[in-house]
Amino acid sequence: MTDEELAELAVEAELRKKSRRGFIVAGVAAAAGLGSWKWLNSRPRVDGVPWPYRRALEFNERLWGTYFSPNRLSPTYDDARITRPARVNGGIGLEPNVDAAGWRLNIEGAASPVTLTLDDLRALPRREMTTELRCIEGWSIIVNWTGARLADLMAKFPPPQPVRYVALETPGRGYYVGLDIDSAQHPQTLLAWALNGEPLTWNHGAPLRLAIPIKYGVKNIKRIATIRYTNVRPADFWGERGYDWYCGH
Amino acid sequence: MKRLERKHPLAIRWFHWLNFPLLAIMIWSGTLIYWANPAYVTLPQSVWKAFGVPYRLAEGMALHFFWGWFFAINGFLYVLYTIVSGEWRQLVPDRKSFREAWLVMLHDLHLRKEAPPQKKYNAAQKISYTAIVVMGLFSVLTGLAIYKPVQMGWLRWLFGGYEVARGLHFVLTVGYVLFFVVHIAQVVKTGWNNFRAMVIGVEVVND
Repeated sequence: MTDEELAELAVEAELRKKSRRGFIVAGVAAAAGLGSWKWLNSRPRVDGVPWPYRRALEFNERLWGTYFSPNRLSPTYDDARITRPARVNGGIGLEPNVDAAGWRLNIEGAASPVTLTLDDLRALPRREMTTELRCIEGWSIIVNWTGARLADLMAKFPPPQPVRYVALETPGRGYYVGLDIDSAQHPQTLLAWALNGEPLTWNHGAPLRLAIPIKYGVKNIKRIATIRYTNVRPADFWGERGYDWYCGH
Repeated sequence: MKRLERKHPLAIRWFHWLNFPLLAIMIWSGTLIYWANPAYVTLPQSVWKAFGVPYRLAEGMALHFFWGWFFAINGFLYVLYTIVSGEWRQLVPDRKSFREAWLVMLHDLHLRKEAPPQKKYNAAQKISYTAIVVMGLFSVLTGLAIYKPVQMGWLRWLFGGYEVARGLHFVLTVGYVLFFVVHIAQVVKTGWNNFRAMVIGVEVVND
């Protein structure tokens, strides 16, 4: 054999060695990756989603909760930009169709039980805002809301001790949402009785609903019957069905 | 004379092969999200169904906000590595690259005989491999703008609002799919020696 042939053989041996090592590492890595993927997706579910993903949602919640500032506002718009008619979405918890006259709002967890009429709420400082309602599905509309700040209601009927959460429920608890206290007290979190200048229709949540543009639409609960102050993280209708509990913007 | 030439550093091979499944998961979970409101283009329900997409919005979001971390971190480390190692010099196009890339394309389409001289990457590769990284950055930024449009209000504003940011996020994803198609075609065309180098790091060179 010539030196050149010997050198060529050495190159080929080197290539074989590198190829074997490279492709074995690649195969092991691919198998490990695929295994991790299968393992993750087959973990027991917590509220509709494998627990590692639920943990990740909660990690993200803590992170963004730390960064949260009540001074950051959802953008407001000229009334000319209102989306008309306002899209109707989500009727869970709206049956039966109660009349506004018989409707009452109950607050649980205040110093003493509170029952309010719509006129009681109208006595709070009146707020109006034209904001974007962003649905978790991906679409968004611009809506004008009239109502009172949840923060003002809470200041008037405060919990005896500071609480971490606020729970809101429809009559009969057909639909329910949980809010962290910072989001509940955000200046743009309104208990609204009018949409685009008109009293709420029943399918928009008459007589009183939540307008909370710093959360996805799912948190904008309609026809509120009960507000509860609590330190126990409240159940959330969609949060129990695989969605992020926090849903904060 | 046959010899082995070092082509891709180990770190770049890892970044590349980690990015492949990560980006695939991001596109897949993004599709699960997109189905809930297919605002720009849509497919017949039968096609969505054949791919198992419908009614998996919650799962899509959970995947997206879990794997998004790994996608972003891998991309960040890749850029950091190319800067620290000096590898960026092979990747970032210069003024000549844009004219050269045109000649490369003519050559690839068999409209021109000679390809312009190149080092590790030709001009078209430099442009696309740099563009894809910039696109990745913009995917993360537009993603943050629609993920936290209030807390990241300045980003939302920068991209022209929530709706526009969402549109950009979508267009970028279409860009990845197009990149993937061309990339695979080019890898197949270039052959095994080139592909193997992305796995084992070295390429066989005949002088």
